[in-house]
Amino acid sequence: MIQHLPILPILLPLLTGALLLFSGEARHGWRALFALCATLAQLAVALALLAGTDGWIATPWRDGVVVYALGNWAAPFGIALVVDRLAALMLTLTAILGLAALVYALARWERAGSHFLPLFQFLLMGLNGAFLTGDLFNLFVFFEVLLAASYGLALHGSGAPRVKAGLHYIVVNLVASLVFLVAAALIYGVTGTLNMAELALIVPRLDADARALFEIGALLLGIVFLVKAGAWPLNFWLPAAYAAAAPPVGAVFAILTKVGVYALLRFSILFGQDVAPAPFKGNWLFYCGLATIAVGTLGVLAAQKLDRLAGFMVVVSSGTLLAAFGFTGTTLTAPALYYLTSSVLGGGAFFMLIEMAERNRAAAADLLAISFEAFGLQERHESEHSDEMAGVAIPAAMAFLGLAFFSCAAVLSGLPPLSGFVAKFALLKAAIAAPPAAPALQAGLLFAALLLSGLAGLIALSRLGIRVFWDSERPTPRLQWLEAGPVAGLLLLCFALAFGTGPAMTYFEAAARALHDPATYIGVVLPGARP
Amino acid sequence: MEVVFALAIGVMAGSGIYLLLRPRTFQVIMGLSLLSYAVNLFIFGMGRLRTGAAPVIDAARGTDPALYADPVPQALVLTAIVIGFAVTALLLVVLLAARGLSGTDHVDSREPERE
Repeated sequence: MIQHLPILPILLPLLTGALLLFSGEARHGWRALFALCATLAQLAVALALLAGTDGWIATPWRDGVVVYALGNWAAPFGIALVVDRLAALMLTLTAILGLAALVYALARWERAGSHFLPLFQFLLMGLNGAFLTGDLFNLFVFFEVLLAASYGLALHGSGAPRVKAGLHYIVVNLVASLVFLVAAALIYGVTGTLNMAELALIVPRLDADARALFEIGALLLGIVFLVKAGAWPLNFWLPAAYAAAAPPVGAVFAILTKVGVYALLRFSILFGQDVAPAPFKGNWLFYCGLATIAVGTLGVLAAQKLDRLAGFMVVVSSGTLLAAFGFTGTTLTAPALYYLTSSVLGGGAFFMLIEMAERNRAAAADLLAISFEAFGLQERHESEHSDEMAGVAIPAAMAFLGLAFFSCAAVLSGLPPLSGFVAKFALLKAAIAAPPAAPALQAGLLFAALLLSGLAGLIALSRLGIRVFWDSERPTPRLQWLEAGPVAGLLLLCFALAFGTGPAMTYFEAAARALHDPATYIGVVLPGARP
Repeated sequence: MEVVFALAIGVMAGSGIYLLLRPRTFQVIMGLSLLSYAVNLFIFGMGRLRTGAAPVIDAARGTDPALYADPVPQALVLTAIVIGFAVTALLLVVLLAARGLSGTDHVDSREPERE
């Protein structure tokens, strides 16, 4: 039974989604329960894979890498799924975030349009598949599955802003998919294989002509992954689409950009530093990440609404990851994985939190907040409250929202005591301790970028937070347990991550070590092949 | 044959990109369709162009791979066609929704201001 574990993260959501599609919308409670159980099962499978690859439970898998040959066709001929520590980590993150967003959506958003539950399951299937696949063309297929589901989800709830942002999102991603196809075809035409492990073996043996063609294919592939990762200058579609999406959808989208980062990381390491094609090596990824951080930071400062702010926060975290992975040497990989985990959890919570906080507020309030500050105006009502108002009790809902907002701000901008601080601290520490191969300029730039983006995030979040939470004229939003629970859960996980930094970091370091040793990966996927 | 094939891909990709950059949603979707035809032909061409060679092994002709066309790009092209078709249909719905909600077929959902 245990050898079939790697296929379950794809099969479970596929079957659940298909069944949900055919069950009528009428039996609402049962559908919700079914989707919830299926997502819980996915989380259990992901955790089992996490434990299996790290050796906590006894498995026949060796070296923390396991290959699942679909239809029992051996790797280069059949389609292979590969689970290693990194893939298991991403699967777990997907399942946790998916579960939180699903519970949140069940409270009310699920009923804002039709077919939310099946689309959501298909999105999870696409995400899981993209993390699992060991085959270039299947990566394309799973990208398409997750994108097709995300098109539907981005438009969930309809409305003019969503359709407008969704249109741009769909067209940009369609063009990226076409480029992906050209890249995959070109790489197949040159090397005769689509299996990622076999590619890594064949590429060093290519002659000069074929090598040039392969580099063009790899370049196109790099562009596609950067579009998905939201790297500047390919990310102008991102903030609008993420801001316009329904909040639980925005929360899951927080991990969508990480798919691009994951694919880039996987490919750049699989090829090894000396034989990697130009798009996957060198410093340009680092500078691309820095530019993304800079643009994201400016966007964060300029954002006049919390949802756009959240969109730009995603851009900043994407840029940080790209810069960390592009940094010379490999010491930054483990801290970057820690940062990825922390920012996915915090970002997901933030998307759901802002919708709860923004409820019952006048639409133009944020816009006014910024212009009030810009022009030094005072709001009228501030002086109207006399001293007898001092003892007003804070309603529990407001207290929760305020605490959660503070925690999110701490995670996203990297303040102690939450995981965001530990992540940035680990990144900076690794950047200083990097071997002399890394120029001091790079470490300095990374320092400046991380600290400045954190400062900008803090300024923007506290500015909007003050306006949202200390506005005494607004009615208290009514919260349901179903909505507050997932946000609290995600933030508690951030707490746990911060307090369990030791064991978590050990796991990330093992994942990074395994990642930087592609020989093991290749050896397990293609037994008998000699590099 | 190669020249005609390459020209066909080039012309279609060129027209597709031109249409993609136009401001009307209908032009964009036509551009995407043309571009996807060009990409499909390109994938097909990556299996090397051959005439009179089947991709499936025939018992009567033997198992020498030189007698057959590469089946993998043909399978890939099928997948790409199906996915492209589905997503284009989805995009059409979104275009109609955008037209209905905004009253214009401009890609930014509003007409540019005329001087």
